Amino acid sequence: MKSCVLMAYVPDTASMIKVAAAGNRINEADIKWIVSPYDEYALEEAIRFKEAKGAPVTVLTYGPERAQQGLRECLARGADAAVHVKGGEGTFGDALAIAKVLAAAVRKTGPFDIIFAGVKGVGSDNALVGAMVAELLDMPHVTGVVKLEIGDGSLTAHREIEGGTEVVTAPLPCVVTAQKGLNEPRYPSLKGIMAAKKVAIQAFAPADLGLDEGALAGAGATCRWKTLALPPAKSGGVILKGEEDPAAAARELARLLREQAKAI
Amino acid sequence: MACILVFVEQRNGNIRKASLEALSEAKRLASGAGWSVCAVLAGHSVAAKAAELGAYGASKVYVADEERLARYSSEAYAAVVREAAAKCAPSALFMAGTALGHDLSGRVAARLGWGCLADVTKLAVEGGTLVATRPVYSGKALATVDGGATPAVLTLRPNVFPAATGGTAAEVETLPPAPGDIRAVVKEILAKEGGELDVAEADVIVSGGRGIKGPENFALIRELAGLLGAAVGASRAVVDAGWIDHANQVGQTGKVVSPSLYIACGISGAIQHLAGMSSSKIIVAINKDPDAPIFKVADYGIVGDLFQVVPPLIAEIRKLKAEA
Ligand SMILES: Cc1cc2nc3c(=O)[nH]c(=O)nc-3n(C[C@H](O)[C@H](O)[C@H](O)COP(=O)(O)OP(=O)(O)OC[C@H]3O[C@@H](n4cnc5c(N)ncnc54)[C@H](O)[C@@H]3O)c2cc1C
Ligand SMILES: Nc1ncnc2c1ncn2[C@@H]1O[C@H](COP(=O)(O)O)[C@@H](O)[C@H]1O
Repeated sequence: MKSCVLMAYVPDTASMIKVAAAGNRINEADIKWIVSPYDEYALEEAIRFKEAKGAPVTVLTYGPERAQQGLRECLARGADAAVHVKGGEGTFGDALAIAKVLAAAVRKTGPFDIIFAGVKGVGSDNALVGAMVAELLDMPHVTGVVKLEIGDGSLTAHREIEGGTEVVTAPLPCVVTAQKGLNEPRYPSLKGIMAAKKVAIQAFAPADLGLDEGALAGAGATCRWKTLALPPAKSGGVILKGEEDPAAAARELARLLREQAKAI
Repeated sequence: MACILVFVEQRNGNIRKASLEALSEAKRLASGAGWSVCAVLAGHSVAAKAAELGAYGASKVYVADEERLARYSSEAYAAVVREAAAKCAPSALFMAGTALGHDLSGRVAARLGWGCLADVTKLAVEGGTLVATRPVYSGKALATVDGGATPAVLTLRPNVFPAATGGTAAEVETLPPAPGDIRAVVKEILAKEGGELDVAEADVIVSGGRGIKGPENFALIRELAGLLGAAVGASRAVVDAGWIDHANQVGQTGKVVSPSLYIACGISGAIQHLAGMSSSKIIVAINKDPDAPIFKVADYGIVGDLFQVVPPLIAEIRKLKAEA
């Protein structure tokens, strides 16, 4: 058995967002980059599966040069192999274009019995790529998984829905997207960090996979970011002092919520 | 004439409110642009619900009614949606941005070869095409996006668009049985203990953070929530501490919510928490630190000890409710 983890290398969740001069992307000047948080759960689950069943883990990313850093980090945490499809500036935010590239890379480097992704990637916030890759590779998928058991030709997953959990079974190969709660990701060990440095990362251009990135980003684009803006800053909130007479402040708040905000 | 197709979600035969919101928004846009609105409904013993969708703006409803559609399956539902799309050739497909909508939209978009604009909070028709606004970077920025040359699938964030009736009866057309195998099968649905309201669906949320001091004090948060018919939310700090389930977490690695009222008690307002709730219509903060960042996004707030503020707040709201 073999598994694959789709990893997006994204701005740190604490980043301040500024808009770039082009007007439809962020200014990357002071950004620190990280493995997208949900992808950490995906990777951890793949590594646990390897520890249980000996299935080697390949991490796959589509992104610019810096994404190599993310691959090294995943190798340090216990992944065995890394694949880097270089590019992605023009297709940024276009989940279907990204999924087409990732599916082509899976065809080239697979087959895999299970493909892990994050439920949602930081930044684009699409929550789409996992299911799209599954459809393009004609596999079933389960999104938002908080508990997983992988058997011999099938898996059972618990998937978070509003007000409850769905218990889903699916045959392998299958795409699973990881939700928080699935596991607690480990930190890289020093030994892992040293070993990761020696692994050769397999690199491709989209053209090596038979894809024309110019067309995917241009006439063939299926989602284009036209403008990016910061949300209007809030101001003028009514903040009451409740240190001395908390009960009076509470009564005033209740009155404002009822009469002014009409919220209760 | 161009058309918007709306996938209407049901659970146990009940139409989801978020789907009525999506249908209403489709109707609003279509009325302005001279388009029509069709709907597609999949499930078992749901046919009777189809005609009602006319009231929310659908002029035609495609229905797939089969036992094996009783529970959600991305593969079978995608087949149904494709069938409906083949019949009405829409220029856009709307869905509610629910757990089901987020699961289905990617598969359907890839199957149709269309783009998908996820979790949209604002829509407009510009020069004959749909332009969507969606929060990105967890709400730290807003992107306007379009679907390029192909039609697009759009998921609409729940609680953002108003549901509005005013339409007339819809014509109903039955679709043939969905083709193909179902590989990923929902075997069972485990309801959350206590049947508590889910933060993702709630119109009012009362959240507790580390300032509540211990898990036992969620009782106070629950009391206020109960009074307001609200769901109970939480910061990551208290979820990671094991005080409450992850399903209650609001923020970047939790739920992104847009209720009409969000009350944060003892939550500092870290950027990852604000990411999940700053688009709420009215934000109330109760925190003893006047410099807590949560006050920067608050419409109303009290600087004070929540243990001294929340009990009289509960008493006063109870009184106001009794008077009304
Ligand atoms: C990758 C990543 C993802 C994350 N995702 C999320 C997420 O999804 N959601 C999330 O919430 N966080 C998230 N975080 C964590 C976030 O950075 C904060 O650590 C967390 O939100 C803090 O929770 P808190 O406000 O409850 O605790 P604190 O920051 O400790 O704040 C407690 C507050 O309570 C106040 N207080 C204390 N006692 C009282 C009292 N008696 N009365 C009134 N006020 C009182 C204090 O003044 C303080 O402001 C994430 C972090 C990372 C790195
Ligand atoms: N460029 C990428 N390279 C590799 N994996 C990706 C990429 N973009 C998205 N993914 C995967 O798809 C998941 C969901 O991303 P998204 O649909 O963008 O929210 C991420 O958590 C990753 O697992």
